[in-house]
Amino acid sequence: MFGNLTIGQYIPGDSLVHKLDPRVKIFITLVVITVLFLVSTMAGYGLVLLFILGAVLLAHLPMRFVMRGVRPLLFILVLTFGLHLFMNEGRVLFRVGPLVAPYEGAFKGFAMSMRLVLLVLATSILTLSTSPIELTDGIESILSPARVLGVPAHELAMMMTIALRFIPTLLEETDKIMKAQMARGADFETGNVVQKAKSLVPLLVPLFVSAFRRADELAMAMEARCYRGGQGRTRMKQLRVGAKDILAAIGSTAALVAVAVYL
Amino acid sequence: MTVPIKVETLSYTYNPGTPLARTALDDVNLEIGDGEFIGLIGATGSGKSTLIQHFNGLLKPTRGRVLVDGVDIWQKDVRLKDIRTKVGLVFQYPEHQLFEETVFADIAFGPRNMGLGDDEINARVRRALELVGLDFEAVKGRSPFELSGGEMRRVAIAGVLAMEPSVLVLDEPVSGLDPRGRDELLEELARLHRRSECTVILVSHSMEDVARLAKRLVVMHKGKVVADGPVREVFRMTDLLKEVGLGVPQVTEVMHELARRGKDVRTDVLTVEEAKAELLRLLRGEGRVR
Repeated sequence: MFGNLTIGQYIPGDSLVHKLDPRVKIFITLVVITVLFLVSTMAGYGLVLLFILGAVLLAHLPMRFVMRGVRPLLFILVLTFGLHLFMNEGRVLFRVGPLVAPYEGAFKGFAMSMRLVLLVLATSILTLSTSPIELTDGIESILSPARVLGVPAHELAMMMTIALRFIPTLLEETDKIMKAQMARGADFETGNVVQKAKSLVPLLVPLFVSAFRRADELAMAMEARCYRGGQGRTRMKQLRVGAKDILAAIGSTAALVAVAVYL
Repeated sequence: MTVPIKVETLSYTYNPGTPLARTALDDVNLEIGDGEFIGLIGATGSGKSTLIQHFNGLLKPTRGRVLVDGVDIWQKDVRLKDIRTKVGLVFQYPEHQLFEETVFADIAFGPRNMGLGDDEINARVRRALELVGLDFEAVKGRSPFELSGGEMRRVAIAGVLAMEPSVLVLDEPVSGLDPRGRDELLEELARLHRRSECTVILVSHSMEDVARLAKRLVVMHKGKVVADGPVREVFRMTDLLKEVGLGVPQVTEVMHELARRGKDVRTDVLTVEEAKAELLRLLRGEGRVR
Protein backbone atom coordinates (compact mmCIF):
# COMPACT_ATOMS: atom_id res chain seq x y z
CA MET A 1 0.00 0.00 0.00
CA PHE A 2 2.80 2.42 0.83
CA GLY A 3 5.25 0.71 -1.49
CA ASN A 4 5.60 3.61 -3.92
CA LEU A 5 6.59 6.23 -1.41
CA THR A 6 9.94 7.51 -2.65
CA ILE A 7 10.34 10.61 -0.52
CA GLY A 8 12.15 10.00 2.73
CA GLN A 9 13.61 6.72 1.54
CA TYR A 10 17.34 6.15 1.46
CA ILE A 11 19.21 3.99 -1.00
CA PRO A 12 22.59 3.03 0.45
CA GLY A 13 25.58 3.42 -1.83
CA ASP A 14 29.13 4.72 -1.94
CA SER A 15 28.97 7.08 -4.88
CA LEU A 16 30.58 10.52 -4.87
CA VAL A 17 27.22 12.08 -4.00
CA HIS A 18 26.68 9.67 -1.12
CA LYS A 19 30.07 10.53 0.31
CA LEU A 20 29.63 14.30 0.27
CA ASP A 21 29.22 16.03 3.58
CA PRO A 22 25.50 16.24 4.38
CA ARG A 23 25.81 19.96 5.09
CA VAL A 24 27.22 20.52 1.62
CA LYS A 25 24.38 18.51 0.11
CA ILE A 26 21.79 20.49 2.06
CA PHE A 27 23.48 23.70 0.97
CA ILE A 28 23.49 22.69 -2.72
CA THR A 29 19.85 21.62 -2.50
CA LEU A 30 18.97 25.03 -1.06
CA VAL A 31 20.86 26.72 -3.90
CA VAL A 32 18.96 24.61 -6.46
CA ILE A 33 15.65 25.58 -4.83
CA THR A 34 16.57 29.28 -4.80
CA VAL A 35 17.71 29.19 -8.41
CA LEU A 36 14.47 27.45 -9.39
CA PHE A 37 12.55 30.45 -8.13
CA LEU A 38 14.83 32.90 -9.94
CA VAL A 39 14.98 31.46 -13.45
CA SER A 40 12.12 32.20 -15.79
CA THR A 41 13.17 30.84 -19.17
CA MET A 42 12.84 27.40 -20.69
CA ALA A 43 16.60 27.21 -21.16
CA GLY A 44 17.05 27.96 -17.46
CA TYR A 45 14.72 25.13 -16.40
CA GLY A 46 16.41 22.88 -18.93
CA LEU A 47 19.84 23.52 -17.43
CA VAL A 48 18.63 22.95 -13.87
CA LEU A 49 17.03 19.71 -15.06
CA LEU A 50 20.36 18.72 -16.62
CA PHE A 51 22.13 19.51 -13.34
CA ILE A 52 19.67 17.33 -11.42
CA LEU A 53 19.89 14.45 -13.89
CA GLY A 54 23.67 14.71 -13.65
CA ALA A 55 23.43 14.41 -9.87
CA VAL A 56 21.18 11.34 -10.21
CA LEU A 57 23.74 9.70 -12.50
CA LEU A 58 26.65 10.63 -10.21
CA ALA A 59 24.79 9.19 -7.23
CA HIS A 60 24.16 5.93 -9.13
CA LEU A 61 20.49 6.17 -8.27
CA PRO A 62 18.10 4.20 -10.49
CA MET A 63 16.47 6.85 -12.72
CA ARG A 64 13.07 5.15 -12.78
CA PHE A 65 12.95 4.97 -9.01
CA VAL A 66 13.75 8.68 -8.68
CA MET A 67 11.13 9.58 -11.28
CA ARG A 68 8.49 7.59 -9.45
CA GLY A 69 8.72 10.12 -6.64
CA VAL A 70 6.97 12.62 -8.92
CA ARG A 71 3.92 10.40 -9.30
CA PRO A 72 2.08 11.45 -6.12
CA LEU A 73 2.41 15.00 -7.42
CA LEU A 74 0.43 14.30 -10.57
CA PHE A 75 -2.83 15.78 -9.34
CA ILE A 76 -1.20 19.04 -8.21
CA LEU A 77 0.70 19.23 -11.49
CA VAL A 78 -2.45 18.88 -13.57
CA LEU A 79 -4.23 21.44 -11.38
CA THR A 80 -1.35 23.93 -11.57
CA PHE A 81 -1.03 23.54 -15.30
CA GLY A 82 -4.78 23.84 -15.82
CA LEU A 83 -5.13 26.97 -13.70
CA HIS A 84 -2.21 28.73 -15.37
CA LEU A 85 -3.37 27.64 -18.80
CA PHE A 86 -6.81 29.20 -18.51
CA MET A 87 -6.21 32.08 -16.08
CA ASN A 88 -3.80 34.06 -18.26
CA GLU A 89 -4.39 36.44 -21.14
CA GLY A 90 -2.64 36.66 -24.48
CA ARG A 91 -2.57 35.15 -27.95
CA VAL A 92 -5.24 32.48 -28.20
CA LEU A 93 -3.91 28.95 -28.46
CA PHE A 94 -7.29 27.14 -28.28
CA ARG A 95 -10.71 27.43 -26.67
CA VAL A 96 -12.81 25.01 -24.64
CA GLY A 97 -16.33 26.39 -24.43
CA PRO A 98 -16.09 29.73 -22.59
CA LEU A 99 -12.50 29.05 -21.50
CA VAL A 100 -9.65 30.58 -23.43
CA ALA A 101 -6.19 29.09 -23.35
CA PRO A 102 -3.46 31.54 -24.42
CA TYR A 103 0.14 30.72 -25.38
CA GLU A 104 1.35 32.65 -22.35
CA GLY A 105 -0.81 30.50 -20.10
CA ALA A 106 0.56 27.31 -21.58
CA PHE A 107 4.10 28.56 -21.05
CA LYS A 108 3.50 29.70 -17.48
CA GLY A 109 1.66 26.48 -16.65
CA PHE A 110 4.49 24.43 -18.04
CA ALA A 111 7.09 26.52 -16.19
CA MET A 112 5.27 26.20 -12.87
CA SER A 113 4.82 22.45 -13.25
CA MET A 114 8.47 22.11 -14.18
CA ARG A 115 9.41 24.08 -11.09
CA LEU A 116 7.40 21.71 -8.87
CA VAL A 117 8.84 18.59 -10.49
CA LEU A 118 12.39 19.89 -10.16
CA LEU A 119 11.80 20.85 -6.52
CA VAL A 120 10.68 17.34 -5.69
CA LEU A 121 13.50 15.76 -7.69
CA ALA A 122 16.16 17.91 -6.06
CA THR A 123 14.97 17.17 -2.54
CA SER A 124 14.50 13.49 -3.23
CA ILE A 125 18.09 13.19 -4.45
CA LEU A 126 19.14 14.65 -1.11
CA THR A 127 17.13 12.13 0.92
CA LEU A 128 17.84 9.18 -1.39
CA SER A 129 21.60 9.68 -1.17
CA THR A 130 21.88 10.75 2.50
CA SER A 131 21.04 8.46 5.39
CA PRO A 132 18.53 9.95 7.84
CA ILE A 133 21.21 9.99 10.54
CA GLU A 134 23.64 11.96 8.37
CA LEU A 135 20.86 14.29 7.35
CA THR A 136 19.90 15.18 10.91
CA ASP A 137 23.56 15.43 11.92
CA GLY A 138 23.94 17.93 9.12
CA ILE A 139 20.88 19.89 10.19
CA GLU A 140 22.04 19.91 13.79
CA SER A 141 25.42 21.20 12.74
CA ILE A 142 23.84 23.92 10.55
CA LEU A 143 21.49 24.97 13.35
CA SER A 144 24.04 24.89 16.15
CA PRO A 145 25.16 28.54 15.79
CA ALA A 146 21.52 29.44 16.55
CA ARG A 147 21.85 27.80 19.95
CA VAL A 148 22.95 31.11 21.45
CA LEU A 149 19.51 32.45 20.50
CA GLY A 150 17.90 29.63 22.45
CA VAL A 151 17.22 27.31 19.53
CA PRO A 152 17.43 23.73 20.88
CA ALA A 153 19.43 22.48 17.88
CA HIS A 154 20.32 19.10 19.33
CA GLU A 155 16.83 18.35 20.59
CA LEU A 156 15.29 19.32 17.25
CA ALA A 157 17.74 17.08 15.42
CA MET A 158 17.12 14.20 17.83
CA MET A 159 13.37 14.54 17.38
CA MET A 160 13.79 14.51 13.63
CA THR A 161 16.05 11.49 13.76
CA ILE A 162 13.53 9.61 15.85
CA ALA A 163 10.59 10.68 13.70
CA LEU A 164 12.38 9.65 10.51
CA ARG A 165 13.53 6.41 12.07
CA PHE A 166 9.97 5.51 13.02
CA ILE A 167 8.27 6.26 9.70
CA PRO A 168 9.06 2.84 8.22
CA THR A 169 8.35 1.13 11.55
CA LEU A 170 4.94 2.72 11.81
CA LEU A 171 4.15 1.99 8.16
CA GLU A 172 5.07 -1.62 8.77
CA GLU A 173 2.95 -1.68 11.88
CA THR A 174 0.02 -0.12 10.01
CA ASP A 175 0.35 -2.75 7.32
CA LYS A 176 0.42 -5.51 9.91
CA ILE A 177 -2.58 -4.30 11.87
CA MET A 178 -4.49 -3.69 8.65
CA LYS A 179 -3.83 -7.25 7.57
CA ALA A 180 -4.79 -8.61 10.97
CA GLN A 181 -8.11 -6.77 10.86
CA MET A 182 -8.66 -7.76 7.24
CA ALA A 183 -8.16 -11.35 8.33
CA ARG A 184 -11.14 -10.71 10.60
CA GLY A 185 -13.21 -9.48 7.69
CA ALA A 186 -12.54 -5.74 8.06
CA ASP A 187 -13.02 -3.75 4.89
CA PHE A 188 -10.98 -0.58 4.40
CA GLU A 189 -11.80 0.06 0.77
CA THR A 190 -15.51 0.16 0.06
CA GLY A 191 -18.30 2.30 1.51
CA ASN A 192 -19.00 6.02 1.70
CA VAL A 193 -16.89 8.57 3.58
CA VAL A 194 -18.55 7.94 6.95
CA GLN A 195 -18.21 4.16 6.64
CA LYS A 196 -14.59 4.52 5.56
CA ALA A 197 -13.81 6.79 8.50
CA LYS A 198 -15.48 4.32 10.85
CA SER A 199 -13.57 1.42 9.37
CA LEU A 200 -10.34 3.15 10.40
CA VAL A 201 -11.07 2.82 14.13
CA PRO A 202 -9.85 -0.81 14.29
CA LEU A 203 -6.65 0.40 12.65
CA LEU A 204 -6.01 3.66 14.49
CA VAL A 205 -6.62 2.51 18.06
CA PRO A 206 -4.03 -0.30 17.95
CA LEU A 207 -1.66 1.98 16.04
CA PHE A 208 -1.79 4.67 18.75
CA VAL A 209 -1.45 2.09 21.49
CA SER A 210 1.65 0.68 19.85
CA ALA A 211 3.13 4.13 19.09
CA PHE A 212 2.89 5.07 22.77
CA ARG A 213 4.33 1.72 23.82
CA ARG A 214 7.23 2.18 21.44
CA ALA A 215 7.85 5.74 22.64
CA ASP A 216 7.93 4.46 26.21
CA GLU A 217 10.33 1.68 25.39
CA LEU A 218 12.58 3.97 23.39
CA ALA A 219 12.74 6.54 26.19
CA MET A 220 13.65 3.76 28.59
CA ALA A 221 16.32 2.41 26.26
CA MET A 222 17.82 5.86 25.79
CA GLU A 223 17.92 6.51 29.51
CA ALA A 224 19.45 3.10 30.11
CA ARG A 225 22.29 4.26 27.87
CA CYS A 226 22.65 7.45 29.86
CA TYR A 227 21.19 9.81 27.28
CA ARG A 228 20.61 13.20 28.82
CA GLY A 229 20.49 15.65 25.95
CA GLY A 230 23.17 17.16 23.74
CA GLN A 231 25.32 18.80 26.41
CA GLY A 232 28.83 17.45 26.26
CA ARG A 233 27.89 14.63 23.91
CA THR A 234 30.66 13.57 21.56
CA ARG A 235 30.33 11.78 18.25
CA MET A 236 31.85 8.67 16.82
CA LYS A 237 31.60 10.08 13.32
CA GLN A 238 32.61 13.72 13.12
CA LEU A 239 31.37 15.68 10.15
CA ARG A 240 34.34 17.04 8.19
CA VAL A 241 34.29 19.21 5.10
CA GLY A 242 37.02 17.97 2.77
CA ALA A 243 38.45 19.09 -0.55
CA LYS A 244 35.80 17.31 -2.61
CA ASP A 245 33.07 18.91 -0.53
CA ILE A 246 34.43 22.37 -1.12
CA LEU A 247 34.88 21.66 -4.82
CA ALA A 248 31.34 20.31 -5.12
CA ALA A 249 29.86 23.25 -3.26
CA ILE A 250 31.77 25.89 -5.25
CA GLY A 251 31.29 24.15 -8.61
CA SER A 252 27.56 23.58 -8.19
CA THR A 253 26.91 27.01 -6.76
CA ALA A 254 28.86 28.73 -9.53
CA ALA A 255 27.04 26.78 -12.23
CA LEU A 256 23.62 27.35 -10.71
CA VAL A 257 24.18 31.03 -10.00
CA ALA A 258 25.37 31.49 -13.58
CA VAL A 259 22.14 29.90 -14.78
CA ALA A 260 20.12 32.19 -12.52
CA VAL A 261 21.94 35.32 -13.63
CA TYR A 262 22.10 34.76 -17.37
CA LEU A 263 18.82 32.92 -18.01
CA MET B 1 -11.02 -36.11 0.82
CA THR B 2 -11.17 -32.38 0.23
CA VAL B 3 -8.09 -30.24 0.17
CA PRO B 4 -8.62 -27.09 2.26
CA ILE B 5 -5.46 -25.39 1.05
CA LYS B 6 -3.31 -26.12 -1.94
CA VAL B 7 -0.39 -23.99 -3.06
CA GLU B 8 1.04 -24.42 -6.54
CA THR B 9 4.41 -23.07 -7.74
CA LEU B 10 3.97 -20.05 -5.51
CA SER B 11 6.55 -17.29 -5.63
CA TYR B 12 6.41 -13.91 -3.97
CA THR B 13 8.68 -10.88 -4.25
CA TYR B 14 8.52 -7.86 -1.97
CA ASN B 15 8.96 -4.44 -3.62
CA PRO B 16 9.24 -5.85 -7.14
CA GLY B 17 11.00 -3.63 -9.65
CA THR B 18 12.84 -1.54 -7.07
CA PRO B 19 16.37 -1.76 -5.68
CA LEU B 20 14.79 -3.11 -2.50
CA ALA B 21 13.25 -6.15 -4.25
CA ARG B 22 13.50 -9.34 -2.21
CA THR B 23 12.23 -12.79 -3.07
CA ALA B 24 10.50 -14.21 -0.01
CA LEU B 25 8.94 -17.31 -1.56
CA ASP B 26 10.44 -19.32 -4.36
CA ASP B 27 8.37 -21.97 -6.13
CA VAL B 28 6.52 -23.37 -3.12
CA ASN B 29 4.24 -26.38 -3.57
CA LEU B 30 2.17 -27.55 -0.65
CA GLU B 31 -1.00 -29.45 -0.01
CA ILE B 32 -2.76 -29.25 3.31
CA GLY B 33 -5.28 -31.98 4.03
CA ASP B 34 -8.53 -31.77 5.96
CA GLY B 35 -8.10 -32.03 9.73
CA GLU B 36 -4.32 -32.06 9.69
CA PHE B 37 -2.22 -30.50 12.42
CA ILE B 38 0.83 -29.08 10.70
CA GLY B 39 3.89 -27.48 12.20
CA LEU B 40 5.51 -24.91 9.94
CA ILE B 41 9.08 -24.26 10.98
CA GLY B 42 11.99 -22.28 9.63
CA ALA B 43 14.55 -19.73 10.75
CA THR B 44 13.72 -16.01 10.79
CA GLY B 45 13.32 -14.75 7.25
CA SER B 46 12.69 -18.18 5.77
CA GLY B 47 9.32 -17.10 4.35
CA LYS B 48 6.92 -18.70 6.85
CA SER B 49 4.97 -15.53 7.56
CA THR B 50 4.84 -14.60 3.89
CA LEU B 51 3.54 -18.05 3.04
CA ILE B 52 0.71 -18.03 5.56
CA GLN B 53 -0.44 -14.61 4.39
CA HIS B 54 -1.12 -16.22 1.02
CA PHE B 55 -3.46 -18.79 2.57
CA ASN B 56 -6.23 -16.21 3.11
CA GLY B 57 -5.44 -13.82 0.29
CA LEU B 58 -3.70 -11.07 2.24
CA LEU B 59 -0.84 -11.23 -0.23
CA LYS B 60 -1.25 -11.81 -3.93
CA PRO B 61 1.20 -14.29 -5.43
CA THR B 62 3.80 -12.87 -7.79
CA ARG B 63 3.61 -16.25 -9.53
CA GLY B 64 1.63 -19.41 -8.93
CA ARG B 65 -1.77 -20.19 -7.46
CA VAL B 66 -3.42 -20.61 -4.08
CA LEU B 67 -6.48 -22.85 -3.93
CA VAL B 68 -8.84 -22.92 -0.97
CA ASP B 69 -11.32 -25.81 -1.11
CA GLY B 70 -10.26 -26.33 -4.70
CA VAL B 71 -10.98 -22.77 -5.80
CA ASP B 72 -8.28 -20.40 -7.02
CA ILE B 73 -8.76 -17.47 -4.63
CA TRP B 74 -7.53 -14.88 -7.12
CA GLN B 75 -10.21 -15.67 -9.69
CA LYS B 76 -12.40 -12.69 -10.47
CA ASP B 77 -15.64 -13.92 -8.88
CA VAL B 78 -14.12 -15.02 -5.56
CA ARG B 79 -14.86 -12.78 -2.57
CA LEU B 80 -11.72 -12.66 -0.43
CA LYS B 81 -13.90 -11.93 2.59
CA ASP B 82 -15.40 -15.42 2.27
CA ILE B 83 -11.93 -16.94 2.00
CA ARG B 84 -10.91 -15.12 5.18
CA THR B 85 -13.79 -16.63 7.13
CA LYS B 86 -12.71 -20.08 5.95
CA VAL B 87 -9.03 -19.59 6.73
CA GLY B 88 -8.58 -17.88 10.09
CA LEU B 89 -5.19 -16.26 10.54
CA VAL B 90 -3.79 -15.34 13.96
CA PHE B 91 -0.80 -13.05 13.56
CA GLN B 92 2.21 -12.94 15.82
CA TYR B 93 1.49 -10.86 18.95
CA PRO B 94 -2.22 -10.76 18.07
CA GLU B 95 -2.96 -8.75 21.23
CA HIS B 96 -1.58 -5.73 19.36
CA GLN B 97 -4.69 -5.71 17.20
CA LEU B 98 -7.20 -5.33 20.05
CA PHE B 99 -9.12 -2.08 19.74
CA GLU B 100 -12.63 -2.31 21.16
CA GLU B 101 -13.93 -1.03 24.48
CA THR B 102 -14.96 -4.44 25.72
CA VAL B 103 -13.73 -7.96 25.24
CA PHE B 104 -17.13 -8.94 23.87
CA ALA B 105 -17.13 -6.22 21.22
CA ASP B 106 -13.60 -7.08 20.14
CA ILE B 107 -14.31 -10.76 19.65
CA ALA B 108 -17.61 -9.91 17.94
CA PHE B 109 -15.76 -7.80 15.34
CA GLY B 110 -15.10 -10.75 13.02
CA PRO B 111 -18.57 -12.36 13.25
CA ARG B 112 -20.15 -8.91 12.81
CA ASN B 113 -18.14 -8.35 9.63
CA MET B 114 -19.54 -11.67 8.42
CA GLY B 115 -23.01 -10.17 8.76
CA LEU B 116 -24.28 -12.60 11.41
CA GLY B 117 -27.27 -11.90 13.68
CA ASP B 118 -26.96 -10.85 17.32
CA ASP B 119 -27.94 -14.23 18.76
CA GLU B 120 -25.43 -16.06 16.60
CA ILE B 121 -22.71 -13.54 17.47
CA ASN B 122 -23.46 -13.92 21.16
CA ALA B 123 -23.25 -17.71 20.92
CA ARG B 124 -20.02 -17.58 18.95
CA VAL B 125 -18.27 -15.17 21.33
CA ARG B 126 -19.29 -17.46 24.19
CA ARG B 127 -17.93 -20.54 22.43
CA ALA B 128 -14.70 -18.79 21.38
CA LEU B 129 -13.99 -17.57 24.90
CA GLU B 130 -14.64 -21.02 26.26
CA LEU B 131 -12.25 -22.54 23.72
CA VAL B 132 -9.41 -20.31 24.88
CA GLY B 133 -10.20 -21.03 28.52
CA LEU B 134 -11.67 -17.70 29.61
CA ASP B 135 -14.89 -17.21 31.56
CA PHE B 136 -17.47 -15.46 29.36
CA GLU B 137 -19.35 -13.75 32.19
CA ALA B 138 -16.19 -12.59 33.92
CA VAL B 139 -14.42 -10.97 30.97
CA LYS B 140 -17.08 -9.96 28.44
CA GLY B 141 -17.59 -6.47 29.85
CA ARG B 142 -13.97 -5.71 30.67
CA SER B 143 -11.67 -3.56 28.58
CA PRO B 144 -9.20 -5.73 26.69
CA PHE B 145 -6.45 -3.29 27.66
CA GLU B 146 -6.76 -4.02 31.37
CA LEU B 147 -6.22 -7.77 30.97
CA SER B 148 -2.93 -9.54 31.59
CA GLY B 149 -0.66 -10.30 28.62
CA GLY B 150 -1.73 -13.93 28.46
CA GLU B 151 -5.41 -13.03 28.68
CA MET B 152 -5.05 -10.42 25.95
CA ARG B 153 -3.45 -13.04 23.74
CA ARG B 154 -6.37 -15.40 24.37
CA VAL B 155 -8.96 -12.74 23.64
CA ALA B 156 -7.20 -11.91 20.38
CA ILE B 157 -7.11 -15.58 19.37
CA ALA B 158 -10.78 -15.89 20.34
CA GLY B 159 -11.45 -13.01 17.94
CA VAL B 160 -10.34 -15.26 15.08
CA LEU B 161 -11.91 -18.44 16.49
CA ALA B 162 -15.30 -16.70 16.68
CA MET B 163 -15.36 -16.64 12.90
CA GLU B 164 -15.28 -20.46 13.15
CA PRO B 165 -12.83 -20.98 10.31
CA SER B 166 -12.26 -24.49 8.95
CA VAL B 167 -8.51 -23.84 8.79
CA LEU B 168 -6.75 -22.07 11.64
CA VAL B 169 -3.30 -20.63 11.05
CA LEU B 170 -1.33 -19.36 14.05
CA ASP B 171 1.94 -17.46 13.73
CA GLU B 172 4.06 -18.03 16.85
CA PRO B 173 1.02 -18.04 19.16
CA VAL B 174 2.99 -18.61 22.36
CA SER B 175 5.97 -16.32 21.84
CA GLY B 176 6.48 -13.96 24.74
CA LEU B 177 4.28 -15.93 27.15
CA ASP B 178 5.59 -17.36 30.40
CA PRO B 179 6.10 -21.15 30.56
CA ARG B 180 2.76 -21.76 32.22
CA GLY B 181 0.85 -19.55 29.78
CA ARG B 182 2.63 -21.39 26.98
CA ASP B 183 1.68 -24.82 28.20
CA GLU B 184 -1.92 -23.86 28.80
CA LEU B 185 -2.36 -22.22 25.43
CA LEU B 186 -0.75 -25.12 23.58
CA GLU B 187 -2.94 -27.55 25.47
CA GLU B 188 -5.99 -25.54 24.46
CA LEU B 189 -4.88 -25.64 20.85
CA ALA B 190 -4.55 -29.41 21.00
CA ARG B 191 -8.01 -29.68 22.54
CA LEU B 192 -9.46 -27.33 19.97
CA HIS B 193 -8.02 -29.47 17.20
CA ARG B 194 -9.41 -32.66 18.75
CA ARG B 195 -12.85 -31.25 19.38
CA SER B 196 -13.61 -29.17 16.32
CA GLU B 197 -11.58 -31.27 13.90
CA CYS B 198 -10.46 -28.11 12.17
CA THR B 199 -7.20 -28.00 10.29
CA VAL B 200 -4.46 -26.26 12.27
CA ILE B 201 -1.22 -24.83 10.95
CA LEU B 202 1.17 -23.81 13.70
CA VAL B 203 4.11 -21.59 12.85
CA SER B 204 6.77 -21.90 15.48
CA HIS B 205 10.41 -21.53 16.40
CA SER B 206 10.14 -24.06 19.13
CA MET B 207 10.92 -27.61 18.10
CA GLU B 208 9.47 -28.84 21.41
CA ASP B 209 6.10 -27.22 20.71
CA VAL B 210 5.69 -28.62 17.22
CA ALA B 211 6.99 -32.00 18.33
CA ARG B 212 4.33 -32.15 20.97
CA LEU B 213 1.38 -31.01 18.87
CA ALA B 214 1.88 -31.46 15.15
CA LYS B 215 1.54 -34.64 13.13
CA ARG B 216 3.28 -33.29 10.09
CA LEU B 217 6.14 -30.84 9.72
CA VAL B 218 6.91 -28.47 6.89
CA VAL B 219 10.40 -26.97 7.00
CA MET B 220 11.18 -23.76 5.14
CA HIS B 221 14.53 -22.30 4.23
CA LYS B 222 15.19 -19.22 2.08
CA GLY B 223 11.70 -19.21 0.62
CA LYS B 224 11.62 -22.88 -0.26
CA VAL B 225 10.09 -25.95 1.35
CA VAL B 226 13.11 -28.12 2.15
CA ALA B 227 11.39 -30.90 4.09
CA ASP B 228 7.81 -32.04 4.48
CA GLY B 229 6.61 -35.16 6.22
CA PRO B 230 5.55 -36.85 9.47
CA VAL B 231 7.13 -35.26 12.52
CA ARG B 232 9.31 -38.24 13.42
CA GLU B 233 10.70 -38.53 9.92
CA VAL B 234 11.54 -34.85 9.70
CA PHE B 235 13.26 -34.82 13.08
CA ARG B 236 15.40 -37.71 11.88
CA MET B 237 17.02 -35.29 9.40
CA THR B 238 19.20 -33.71 12.06
CA ASP B 239 21.85 -32.51 9.62
CA LEU B 240 19.38 -30.79 7.33
CA LEU B 241 17.65 -29.08 10.25
CA LYS B 242 20.97 -27.82 11.63
CA GLU B 243 21.98 -26.60 8.20
CA VAL B 244 18.86 -24.42 7.93
CA GLY B 245 19.42 -22.90 11.36
CA LEU B 246 17.00 -25.12 13.27
CA GLY B 247 17.49 -28.08 15.54
CA VAL B 248 15.61 -31.00 16.99
CA PRO B 249 13.86 -31.09 20.38
CA GLN B 250 16.34 -31.29 23.22
CA VAL B 251 15.29 -34.79 24.26
CA THR B 252 15.72 -35.97 20.68
CA GLU B 253 19.18 -34.41 20.70
CA VAL B 254 20.03 -36.37 23.87
CA MET B 255 18.94 -39.63 22.25
CA HIS B 256 21.00 -38.87 19.15
CA GLU B 257 24.02 -38.27 21.34
CA LEU B 258 23.47 -41.54 23.23
CA ALA B 259 23.17 -43.42 19.95
CA ARG B 260 26.38 -41.78 18.74
CA ARG B 261 28.14 -43.10 21.85
CA GLY B 262 27.05 -46.59 20.96
CA LYS B 263 23.95 -47.01 23.07
CA ASP B 264 21.13 -48.96 21.51
CA VAL B 265 18.32 -46.37 21.70
CA ARG B 266 15.65 -45.09 19.37
CA THR B 267 16.51 -41.66 17.98
CA ASP B 268 13.01 -40.69 16.86
CA VAL B 269 11.91 -39.85 20.39
CA LEU B 270 10.05 -36.55 20.58
CA THR B 271 8.80 -35.99 24.11
CA VAL B 272 10.19 -36.32 27.59
CA GLU B 273 7.70 -39.13 28.35
CA GLU B 274 8.89 -41.16 25.37
CA ALA B 275 12.50 -40.52 26.32
CA LYS B 276 11.82 -41.71 29.84
CA ALA B 277 10.30 -44.96 28.59
CA GLU B 278 13.17 -45.50 26.19
CA LEU B 279 15.84 -44.80 28.79
CA LEU B 280 14.20 -47.14 31.29
CA ARG B 281 14.12 -49.83 28.62
CA LEU B 282 17.81 -49.26 27.97
CA LEU B 283 18.77 -49.34 31.65
CA ARG B 284 16.71 -52.47 32.23
CA GLY B 285 18.41 -54.07 29.26
CA GLU B 286 21.77 -53.33 30.84
CA GLY B 287 20.48 -54.69 34.11
CA ARG B 288 20.95 -51.46 36.03
CA VAL B 289 17.31 -51.04 36.97
CA ARG B 290 14.76 -53.61 37.67
